[in-house]
Amino acid sequence: MDRPKVVMDAEGIDRSLSRIAYEILEKNKGIEDLVLIGIRTGGIYLAERLRKKIAAIEGKEPPLGILDITLYRDDLLITKKKPALGRTDIPFPLDGKKVVLVDDVLFTGRTIRAAMDALIDFGRPKMIQLAVLIDRGHRELPIRADFVGKNLPSSLWENVTVHLTEKTGRDEVVIEREG
Amino acid sequence: MRKNAAQRLILRGGRVVDPSQNLDEAADIVIDDGHIAAVGPEAAAKTSKGIVIDLHGLIVTPGLIDMHVHLREPGFEYKETIRTGSEAACAGGFTAVASMANTDPVNDNRSVTEFILRKAAEAGLVRVHPVAAVTAGMKGESLTEFWDLKRGGAVALSDDGRPVKNSAVMRRALEYAASLKMTVISHCEDPDLSGDGVMNESFVSTDLGLPGIPAAAEEIMVARDILLARYTDTPVHIAHVSTAGSVELIREAKKKGVKVTAETAPHYFTLTQEVLKDYDTNAKVNPPLRGPKDVEAVKEGLRDGTIDVIASDHAPHAVTDKEVEFEYAANGIVGLETSLGLSLRLVAEGVLTLSQLVAKMSVVPAVILGIPGGTLRPGSPADLTVIDTNLTWRVDPTVFRSRGRNTPFAGWELTGKTVLTVMGGRITYRDPSRWE
Amino acid sequence: MGLARKDLLGMKDVSAEEITLILDTAESFIEVSSREIKKVPTLRGKTIINLFYEASTRTRTSFEIAGKRLSADTINISAATSSVVKGETLIDTARNLEAMNPDIIVIRHSVSGTPHLLARLVRQSIINAGDGTHEHPTQALLDMMTIRSRLGTLKDVEVAIVGDIAHSRVARSNIYGLRKMGAKVTVAGPATMMPRDVGAFGVRVCDTLEEAVRGKDVIMMLRIQKERQHSHLFPSLREYSARFCLTGESLALAAKDVLVMHPGPINRGVEIAPDIADGPQSVILEQVTNGVAVRMAILYLLGGGMP
Repeated sequence: MDRPKVVMDAEGIDRSLSRIAYEILEKNKGIEDLVLIGIRTGGIYLAERLRKKIAAIEGKEPPLGILDITLYRDDLLITKKKPALGRTDIPFPLDGKKVVLVDDVLFTGRTIRAAMDALIDFGRPKMIQLAVLIDRGHRELPIRADFVGKNLPSSLWENVTVHLTEKTGRDEVVIEREG
Repeated sequence: MRKNAAQRLILRGGRVVDPSQNLDEAADIVIDDGHIAAVGPEAAAKTSKGIVIDLHGLIVTPGLIDMHVHLREPGFEYKETIRTGSEAACAGGFTAVASMANTDPVNDNRSVTEFILRKAAEAGLVRVHPVAAVTAGMKGESLTEFWDLKRGGAVALSDDGRPVKNSAVMRRALEYAASLKMTVISHCEDPDLSGDGVMNESFVSTDLGLPGIPAAAEEIMVARDILLARYTDTPVHIAHVSTAGSVELIREAKKKGVKVTAETAPHYFTLTQEVLKDYDTNAKVNPPLRGPKDVEAVKEGLRDGTIDVIASDHAPHAVTDKEVEFEYAANGIVGLETSLGLSLRLVAEGVLTLSQLVAKMSVVPAVILGIPGGTLRPGSPADLTVIDTNLTWRVDPTVFRSRGRNTPFAGWELTGKTVLTVMGGRITYRDPSRWE
Repeated sequence: MGLARKDLLGMKDVSAEEITLILDTAESFIEVSSREIKKVPTLRGKTIINLFYEASTRTRTSFEIAGKRLSADTINISAATSSVVKGETLIDTARNLEAMNPDIIVIRHSVSGTPHLLARLVRQSIINAGDGTHEHPTQALLDMMTIRSRLGTLKDVEVAIVGDIAHSRVARSNIYGLRKMGAKVTVAGPATMMPRDVGAFGVRVCDTLEEAVRGKDVIMMLRIQKERQHSHLFPSLREYSARFCLTGESLALAAKDVLVMHPGPINRGVEIAPDIADGPQSVILEQVTNGVAVRMAILYLLGGGMP
């Protein structure tokens, strides 16, 4: 078993998020009609950090929602034991909004597919964009991120884990061979 | 078979247990012309001609008598017929049975009694003694023609399945039956008190959410029948005793000299209501399976002689009567083919001696019903049962000879089984694994 | 995660961990029901049969809405049956339904133990929506959800259940569920409506309403079946309500923020005084809302997977 390899440290994560915050503002020309939606669980903390960074730049916070995509997963019908359900909390309308979905790792694209289906059940956003900290490749669906912290080529036998202070007490991204 | 009957049968070397003659020893039995010719350690010494069967290591008893069975014919042939019931009886070691009256039509007139006897003779495997109804249609209102029924072949009277609710009717039935030397067999249940109950009232019924039948529903009627028997100085036989309270009432009545006799069935000394936990309708029976204290009291009643008889209350039902919602399911357990095996557990446990068991399953029922059998005395009909008390077997309802498969004992391992049954000098059953 | 079981037959055989999982999951479903589009694709292509042998608008509708919000196809079958009027037997009905390959069968039946019989007969998941006087697990779960969301916990919560305990499946399921979660249960009602050895459930038994509700955090009033009067369970409705109807006076004996619950439908003025049923302590409508969420949670946790 190889030791986990740190591919991004706390500073790296922070710098990436700062850059993404600027890119989001640049692409959307400010924060008008902009909303952030963090995907449970890793995306929530990243979305919160992005909101703070955007607020620091623009002096105003964009609305932030939380999305649990479990009920939209495409593997529910083939797993016997159901994954735990988290609460979705989007306390504002999405009609006409520019939604930035935030997640930690973009991999097969299935989570994002589920998230987009879920968002559309909440209304008709003007557009949906995707921000991820890590894109590790291996897409199974035609999905591409608009904002990427780091492209990380990985093999299918590797696990990429994003540790965040809010969750595990430290900020770092590690890659390791599957146990 | 017919030819067989005329031939001499010599049973050699079995342990003969016959409480009617206080006999418990290795002995030969010579059967001539359907009757016992001789019994004794050397009875077969002078005889050489005839069919010789070696019974060393086996028990020989007077033919077992089950004084409480439901053969369902006429009317419910899809549950059982007199023939299938007879086949089950001789396989279970029985040479005689008393068949209850709740057929359709009810056995409340001589033509039904005679029909039953004719069917039994055609089957020719077991002596079927019809029990006629106490009241017309078992409605509890007017007495049937006891005298005529007796002439037709009925040996006792019972509305079994239903109580005779009206005490005045019961009183007159006891008086009239006694004058004809017939016994009334009483199904003791206060129907108002049992109401829509389907199991014993207890925490188990509370837990299962099933309507309960209190023990008092049985005991009130046992007490009433004892009081009536005492007042009229007539015999009464209490069917299927299931509660500690009933045992106590009968014990006290016997002490006072009341002519009360009583029976219980194997499920009442073997199972408690706990087996209903999964709503197993095969354990739904009336009276219902009771609690552990009742089971112990029934055993004690058997041990101290309060309960005179073990009868199976063989109650076959079709799958369609049982594989339904619990409250809709019919009451009853098939018993003919498991009765002996379950009762022998009492001997293994030390509750009864083998001789006491034979008394309760053969000698005493013959006396109560006033029928031949229950003895191996020379001159009596050659009805006997050969038991292998060491044979261990598994209860498998799919191979029952009875049409009924409704038993909560499926899969049980029992020790002791009938291996040979002889009725009127004819072999009516032999255990295939042993003799063929 | 998930429930490692085929069926939900009663609270008796459900563990505290499973109850917590169901309630947690149900909390998440509350949000789904509050959306503009109250539908998620989770059980798309799954078939749920609501097999109701007993009239019930409330429970059946609740299950139907729960199934539909999860995108399952729900089919309602109202079967009238009794031991006297023999139509198709339950076994035949079950085998026929099984042949049509549904995924979940929700059954309500007037005979205790019938869901257990059905569960033995068919391979589908069986959900007990009330069997005779035995259990009504989804009602107990929605009651527990209501209490937990209001009081934050079930542990050491003092609950009084008042009415015809003997004939109440709601009472049995709640007693089992609440006790597993650490709540303390008191039951009260006329002596004739107490089942044999009820104390063996581990509940306190009271003879009067006042004694039962004193200091309680939750009061659950059970529905009185008026026809029970004929089985000598109580002399008259008038006398019953005089003794056991929850009024402002008796309510004052309970804890300050007591929750008043009722599984419905209410006989106003018999079990609960109208002003109490509509009063600030009443969470009766919240129970109904939570009912849909709890049933969605159960359908989600039991259904949808490969058999």
